[in-house]
Amino acid sequence: MSKVKNILLVGVGGQGTILTSKILSTALLDAGYDVKMSEVHGMAQRGGSVTTQVRYGEKVYSPIIGKGQADILVSFEVMEAMRWIDYLNPDGDIIVNNYSINSAPILSGKAEYPSGILEELSKKAKTKVVDAFKTAEELGNIKVQNIVLLGALVKKFKLDDINWEEAIKNNVKPKFLEINLKAFESGKEL
Amino acid sequence: MKELLTGNEAIARGAYEAGVEFAAAYPGTPSTEILENIPKYKEIYCEWAPNEKVSVEVSVGASMAGARVLTAMKHVGMNVAADPLFTYAYLGVNGGFVIVSADDPGMHSSQNEQDNRYYARHAKMPLIEPSDSQEAKDFIIEAYDISEKYDVPVLFRITTRICHSKTIVELGERKNVGVKAYSRNIEKFVATPARAKVHHYELEEKLKKLEEYSNTTFLNKEEINDSEIGIITSGISYNYAREVFGDSASYLKLGFTFPIPKEKIINFSKKFKTIYVIEENEPFLETEIKALGINVIGKEKIPICDELNPDIVREALLGEKTDRIEIVKEKVVSRPPTLCSGCPHRGIFFELSKRKDTVITGDIGCYTLGSAEPLNAMDSVVCMGAGISAAHGFAKVFEKTGRKTKVFGIVGDSTFFHSGMTSLLDIVYNNSNVCSIILDNRITGMTGHQENPGTGYTLMGEKAPVVSIEKICEAMGIKNITVINPNNLTETKNALNFHTELNEPSVIIAKWPCALKRFSEEDKKQFDLSVKKYKVNPDKCKKCRMCTKTGCPSISFDKEKGASIDINTCIGCSVCYQACPFGAIEKVGEENV
Repeated sequence: MSKVKNILLVGVGGQGTILTSKILSTALLDAGYDVKMSEVHGMAQRGGSVTTQVRYGEKVYSPIIGKGQADILVSFEVMEAMRWIDYLNPDGDIIVNNYSINSAPILSGKAEYPSGILEELSKKAKTKVVDAFKTAEELGNIKVQNIVLLGALVKKFKLDDINWEEAIKNNVKPKFLEINLKAFESGKEL
Repeated sequence: MKELLTGNEAIARGAYEAGVEFAAAYPGTPSTEILENIPKYKEIYCEWAPNEKVSVEVSVGASMAGARVLTAMKHVGMNVAADPLFTYAYLGVNGGFVIVSADDPGMHSSQNEQDNRYYARHAKMPLIEPSDSQEAKDFIIEAYDISEKYDVPVLFRITTRICHSKTIVELGERKNVGVKAYSRNIEKFVATPARAKVHHYELEEKLKKLEEYSNTTFLNKEEINDSEIGIITSGISYNYAREVFGDSASYLKLGFTFPIPKEKIINFSKKFKTIYVIEENEPFLETEIKALGINVIGKEKIPICDELNPDIVREALLGEKTDRIEIVKEKVVSRPPTLCSGCPHRGIFFELSKRKDTVITGDIGCYTLGSAEPLNAMDSVVCMGAGISAAHGFAKVFEKTGRKTKVFGIVGDSTFFHSGMTSLLDIVYNNSNVCSIILDNRITGMTGHQENPGTGYTLMGEKAPVVSIEKICEAMGIKNITVINPNNLTETKNALNFHTELNEPSVIIAKWPCALKRFSEEDKKQFDLSVKKYKVNPDKCKKCRMCTKTGCPSISFDKEKGASIDINTCIGCSVCYQACPFGAIEKVGEENV
């Protein structure tokens, strides 16, 4: 429990990174860790690139990390993984949702969505590609792709012994609980 | 009980525990969630005020009446509120008065990164800076005791990373301080010149006592390790310093930073070979410490611009860079924020973007994004209200020089109530040929959907009169007011054409609820808000890209396949459907076969 662990979640405004970090943080708190979590609100949420950081350990000071310090980078979108890769510890892991969202310059035809990002990521760091969007779509609600990714993160980071069901229950509306729990389990299997 | 709270949630909790009876604010990132978290404490009366100045003034009244009060705002909001503050600092309080300034180093959602600690020195108010949520809660309780004991308003300064970071907080119980007695006290509360003169002398005496307090309070504490380096720091910077130096340095952690604890700083500095001052943005502490004749290292190494993080502090002071992976630049395209799918601001900016020879002065809100690609339909954004008043300045100069360019001033509904009303009054009074466009999306959008005088509800969830923007404009003397549905491009275009031809102050009200809003019963009655979907008929798409010029994030374009619409995110505003010159976009369920 000595070394502070750093999780960086990145995505596009509206993808549910903040809710995921919230579930992650409350569960880690209940598991007895000191936890700090940092998120960004306001202008950046309007379809921009968003990040949240979760740090936990025996004693955490800074709520944010610098470059090269994330133990794991969970990217909700393909290009965002590359945008934030310099925050990853070179020995760290990447979990990337196999899902692309075009940004404004691409939509307006000023740029093209870059190809071959997943291959580049794999060359740079240990990368696991997860079909979270597809899984969520199959479950019947694309919004739960964030919880699919949470499942994948829990598996990769070996955090299975924490009571995730309780944390999810406390953070989602009762009518969406079942699908979120299914999404979580599916994520662990991907 | 322990909970994971953001700094903003912790301040709301602290206000509750401190026995606060009255709270007011105008929303503004990163401060908004402070007041949003107050209504759950039923003991506190709370409200959204139309702007920060009003928020401070109602709080001044409540404090005079004997209640402990909280008022909160973003850093630039304090500029709006400065007038009553400077004088209330002279007068002193009855019930404890704390004003929270949430600064935004790094400008995550702001137009500048001013360091509001200077307001403390300028207005002569004591200044408190917590470094995490626990301190935010504990220190604000202390702030009320300081305010009442020393008879001064207190400035409580936080920054984005305090506001929006969740850290562990141990909760306490509410102190029932009640409301103090009030009776008329002209000498104290009526600021005429003769009395203000006396108040100024008194305030200087109070500051001397506050400096004594600063030297002894638990808010300023030493953490001594076996080291040659001593670090003086405050707020979030303390955490960055600890992260980088750990136990290899000693710390003077300042939670009470005006007046600074001179004696404590002198004593601390004597113990170490090297003294660093680590603070974000301006050299607020550094300048004061250097004035004591102490040789410190600060802004010569630590950047003034942008927010800090442990990385920046490490590189600046130790010259060490962490190992990192290089980004493959050609694999990343920028991702600026955009107007949402179905945003009712899109139609008006799409139509404005097509017009030649216009000046469009913008304002603060989601609609600032009308300046972004591909719309680019904006000439200026400065501050709240300037969307209307800057337009007046443009129009007057154009009139003087004979330039025929039409000037449109843009403002949102909440921003109109905030400070656009007085700007419009100037346009009418001094008569300029400006068309003011009020984007009434029935909510305060950018900050996350707060009620305002036009929505029909209060912060406490009670029904309120719906203030009519139309009637306000009418009462001011605007003769031509056109209310449009901005999702209807023909209606929008016709209104713009009509108002372009006018040679007088005029108003267009673009009225449609924010696409992300939780619709009220009134919204549902007034607008057709049923979700519709549109799709591209690939056989008809001529790949002209007109639909992408609306900047809708649901539309993507492929050179081979043409345009397509993401059915998951489309909410059917139909702007693209109207924009397509070839009828290639069809309503799902009503396709032309």
